[in-house]
Amino acid sequence: MNDHDAIRPELVCPAGTPASLRTAVDAGADAVYCGFQNATNARNFAGLNFTPEEMETSVLYAHEHGAKVLLAANTFPPAGKTGLWKEAVDTAVGFGIDAIIVADIGVANYVKTQYPDQRLHLSVQAGAPSVEAIKYYCEEFGVRRVVLPRILTIPEITVLKKEIPCEIECFIFGNHGLMAEGRCSLTNYVTGLSTNMDGVCSPASHVKYEEDTKRNLTTRLGDFTIDCFSCTQNPGYPTICKGRYLAPHKQEGYYAFEEPISLNLARLLPELVKAGVHAFKIEGRQRSRAYVREVVSSWRKAVDDMMDGQDVELAHLLSLTEGHKQTQGAYENKRWR
Amino acid sequence: MSGAELTIGPILFHWSADKKRDFYFRIADEAPVDTVYIGEVICSKRAPFFEPYYDEVAERLTRAGKKIVFSSLAEIMLPREQKMTKGLCELEEYEVEANDAAALYHLRGKPHRVGQYFNVYNEDTMAHLTSQGAVHFTVPSELPKEALSVLSNKAEELNVGLEVQVYGRTGLALSARCYHARSHNRAQDNCQFVCEEDPDGMELKTLDGKPFLSVNGIQTLSHTCLNLMHEVNEMQGMGITHFRLSPHSHDMVSVARAFRAVLDKDCAADEGVKKLEQAGFKGTFSRGFYHGNPGYAWKTA
Repeated sequence: MNDHDAIRPELVCPAGTPASLRTAVDAGADAVYCGFQNATNARNFAGLNFTPEEMETSVLYAHEHGAKVLLAANTFPPAGKTGLWKEAVDTAVGFGIDAIIVADIGVANYVKTQYPDQRLHLSVQAGAPSVEAIKYYCEEFGVRRVVLPRILTIPEITVLKKEIPCEIECFIFGNHGLMAEGRCSLTNYVTGLSTNMDGVCSPASHVKYEEDTKRNLTTRLGDFTIDCFSCTQNPGYPTICKGRYLAPHKQEGYYAFEEPISLNLARLLPELVKAGVHAFKIEGRQRSRAYVREVVSSWRKAVDDMMDGQDVELAHLLSLTEGHKQTQGAYENKRWR
Repeated sequence: MSGAELTIGPILFHWSADKKRDFYFRIADEAPVDTVYIGEVICSKRAPFFEPYYDEVAERLTRAGKKIVFSSLAEIMLPREQKMTKGLCELEEYEVEANDAAALYHLRGKPHRVGQYFNVYNEDTMAHLTSQGAVHFTVPSELPKEALSVLSNKAEELNVGLEVQVYGRTGLALSARCYHARSHNRAQDNCQFVCEEDPDGMELKTLDGKPFLSVNGIQTLSHTCLNLMHEVNEMQGMGITHFRLSPHSHDMVSVARAFRAVLDKDCAADEGVKKLEQAGFKGTFSRGFYHGNPGYAWKTA
């Protein structure tokens, strides 16, 4: 690809810890996204995320190395608790954060009114896949970039880009959630902890693995069985939308929503650039430093090769999913729906 | 406090047009409800079937003294959905309830409602939407009572209606993918409306046979039926003004009468629950979200 008008896409990489952030920056991330150690972000897992002090030094490190830091403040504060989200915004703005990723209208409005010059991104958790929805957030809050839900085909993204007044960021790699982001209460239904309000999805504290005498393994979340595996199968983490269930008209359990599968758009990179996508996002704030290093450096090379008109080494990118099945999801064609 | 209103939420499932018409006629004739939400919320492919009946149904409900509100789709993505939503938002004779930001885009600046599929979790969001013309909010089902209490104070201050679902399966997730079609190995574009076979959703059980979820096209609902009969008086006290019953194929008139009696303090909650048990829902009741417990839970301890 050597189009003169093609945008050079930003590579937006995950960081669950300050060490991962430095690793991602060193491996070539253009921007890193991360959150504070509380319910204000959608990966509120034990042992993950940043204290204010860590955020401050991490922003400095990234800026010294030419990378941006984006704050994920993308959960929905329940009434009476909005202060925690405002504090997260105040703190990050004070550190010179490059953008704040929001989903809640109250939080978006707070940023807009308190910090009108602060760059605002609309999180995938806001679930805005249409021209009208995106324009709504742009016009109301001055959103500069939308992170698209993983439900549109590339031709649909191409049409969309022409009609919206902001940049587009697309997920290209990592965990592939099936439910509309920001509109899923399945975890709360089972555990009493909410994805939207507490920032957790299938929390480890509620996961159980039970092995029987024949070494069959049952995975459970709270009081519900999510899947069963024979001793020869590789058990998956019990995420509700990746489990197997029984339906009245089916003989056996089946993946009612989706099988455990990872998103990998290696083959579609040139088309995404042509569609006008400004930023490629890699999922995985919960992943290890080694994973971040491997994945970020591989995608860095792939994006650079593509933009320089070189062939992209597909085999290597496709091997990054660690033996999991992979998909191009909805991006490939609408039969996915 | 005594002004608590009962509402019938939009029919979430794919019932035949005749079945929907008969349902609304019976609601018009017999149910002690004040407002009825109509319109397809889940799947734009289903919408054309009932369109020829709207005038007839709206007239019958209006003559019975019910207020009618049109609900928008909960997920708007395709051109036909964008067009359908734009048309809906241009209705002048009815109020429209927005369930997606695309509907809000069109409704800004004129009076409208915000539905339970649009994320209004806090007082700041409520205040902003009110400044844009929202006059009534039905909030997401997963909000616990502490948050509802704060929201009802704010609603009172802003002079807007606040509605909470108190009965019926709870919508837990939306997707771009149709799980009804998937279960029959069909693509969504060739679904052949297989969802019509399941008037209250398709049951999903865990592999060890425990009822878990209900599938309704792109929507996943609880298998349990939300039942806040014991809680409605407390919610009235907080200042919540409207109580939503989500339609099912069993006897919704009995359900409405039971809630009306308890809201009017003509009947104790225990007795109200007994009436609900006789209304025909096959399954268990739940009320976990309100109490900050797992949503499926009934016990409040």
